[in-house]
Amino acid sequence: MSLMVDIEKQLGKFRLRVSFTAPLEEVTGLLGASGSGKTVTLRCIAGLLTPDAGHIELDGRVLFDHKQGVNLPPQQRKVGYLFQQYALFPHYTVEQNIAVATRDRMAVEELLRRFQLQEHRHKRPRQLSGGQQQRVALARILAAQPQVLLLDEPFSALDTHLRGEIQGELSRFLEQFSGPCLLVTHSRDEVRRMCHQVCVVHHGASQPMQTTEAFFNHPRTLSACRLMGCPNISPLEHRGNGVAYATAWGLPVQVPQNAAYVAIQPHHIRLVDGPGDHRLFCRCTQVDQGPFSVSVFLACGDGALQMEVSNWDWQAVDHAQGVWIELPPSQLLPLTDE
Amino acid sequence: MDLYPLFNSLRIAALSTVLIFFVGLWAAQVISRCHPVVKGVLDVVLTLPLVLPPTVVGYLLLCLLGPNGAVGSVVARLLDVRLTMVWYAGVFSSAVVAFPLMYRTARGAFESYDTTLTDAARTLGRGNVWIFWHIQLPCCRQGILAGTVLAFARALGEYGATSMIAGYTPGKTATISTTVYQFWRTGNDTMALRWVLVNLAISGVVLLAINLLERKER
Repeated sequence: MSLMVDIEKQLGKFRLRVSFTAPLEEVTGLLGASGSGKTVTLRCIAGLLTPDAGHIELDGRVLFDHKQGVNLPPQQRKVGYLFQQYALFPHYTVEQNIAVATRDRMAVEELLRRFQLQEHRHKRPRQLSGGQQQRVALARILAAQPQVLLLDEPFSALDTHLRGEIQGELSRFLEQFSGPCLLVTHSRDEVRRMCHQVCVVHHGASQPMQTTEAFFNHPRTLSACRLMGCPNISPLEHRGNGVAYATAWGLPVQVPQNAAYVAIQPHHIRLVDGPGDHRLFCRCTQVDQGPFSVSVFLACGDGALQMEVSNWDWQAVDHAQGVWIELPPSQLLPLTDE
Repeated sequence: MDLYPLFNSLRIAALSTVLIFFVGLWAAQVISRCHPVVKGVLDVVLTLPLVLPPTVVGYLLLCLLGPNGAVGSVVARLLDVRLTMVWYAGVFSSAVVAFPLMYRTARGAFESYDTTLTDAARTLGRGNVWIFWHIQLPCCRQGILAGTVLAFARALGEYGATSMIAGYTPGKTATISTTVYQFWRTGNDTMALRWVLVNLAISGVVLLAINLLERKER
């Protein structure tokens, strides 16, 4: 009872290889930089593109299987696709747009009511606000009774001040939807607010799924760590007998052999009073004072670190010459080079 | 005044426009999706009648449709029907000469069409034929209407190729443009002027229609 995707596709020089399972009644984020293959993946699931190999299965129903020669047309896949700019039909009214997906007049009425579109039913898409357009697009998708929802950067077409409001609206809507839902995004904030788990897509390759919590606390790969928004990442140099050296910070660390990078979150760096293990002396290059905490930009050797400490702790130290900091070993994030 | 040339011109222009409309849309749709190289070649071939002198088109059509031509001889033998020097020969010449106008404007419209609308309709369960007539065509209607009107206007004014394959037979193949020439050649300036005025009136209406369409779209 889920959406299983395991596909490959070559597009010119770009190679897509994604594999994941999106569980029922949950929102799965596909997170990646632009051009990483997220939209291509959605198009393959919807049947708008044909993968070169692999298998797509929805709720036990095979949508695509290269070996069995199964490739259902988009019309039979029961996939609800929310396009980036919503793709509303400009020459149709709100009502007609929804009616494209169903012959059932009652269902159209019901959807107009549910999405509060009754008073706009005779308007054309260009007469609507961004939020209203999204509601029409969602109503139209539901009219086709999909078993899975694919949302392609649903907030990119909106002004920033509208985004928060519509994210909330969409979240409430998704809670009522009983199938799996894929949300394509390049924004960690959208993942944090809307997704139960996240699958990072990097240069066309998908990485193992993590829960949203695990993703933000323990990213496993370099690309995941960057997408998660951690600014402190150092390459590693392995020097035998289990010791590695974080070259950007000039610090020996203990990490697994397969790690190529190490990272630490700004709020995990501690201010300390003097030298010791896992400690560094840094100069402060910039201090951004916030209401409750301070962002401090540090220079150590050739590298840079960003630290977040409470106002209280920051005022308690003399930082004119520089500060001693500690990178607690338990908070270091070993990363593979992906 | 014998109004047969007016009737014949309108009949030829209308029939060739209908023909061009469907063939032009089909060609535009197929070619806008083609590989760039194939597209380049087909584009040149289909646009050629626009730049060739109409007499050259007429000559080539005679080679094809004439009593000894590749198609004309077969049709004459099998069906006992002539394809030249009859009124409907004008339909062939007008259609060929006016075709590029329809094809090019329609192709331009199809290429600027947002194909995610088609994708959306497909995921909503609609078939490709329905999508073409209900989504793609209405979204491109401005370009297609402009192409149709231009093609109609060009077909109405066609002289060179038509005079070669339909000739001028009063009451049979005479069109407005061939009639003007015939009256002028025989020194009947009064009649020539009358037909010139008729032609000006029709062209004025057509251009007005184009402008109104464009304004309405805005």
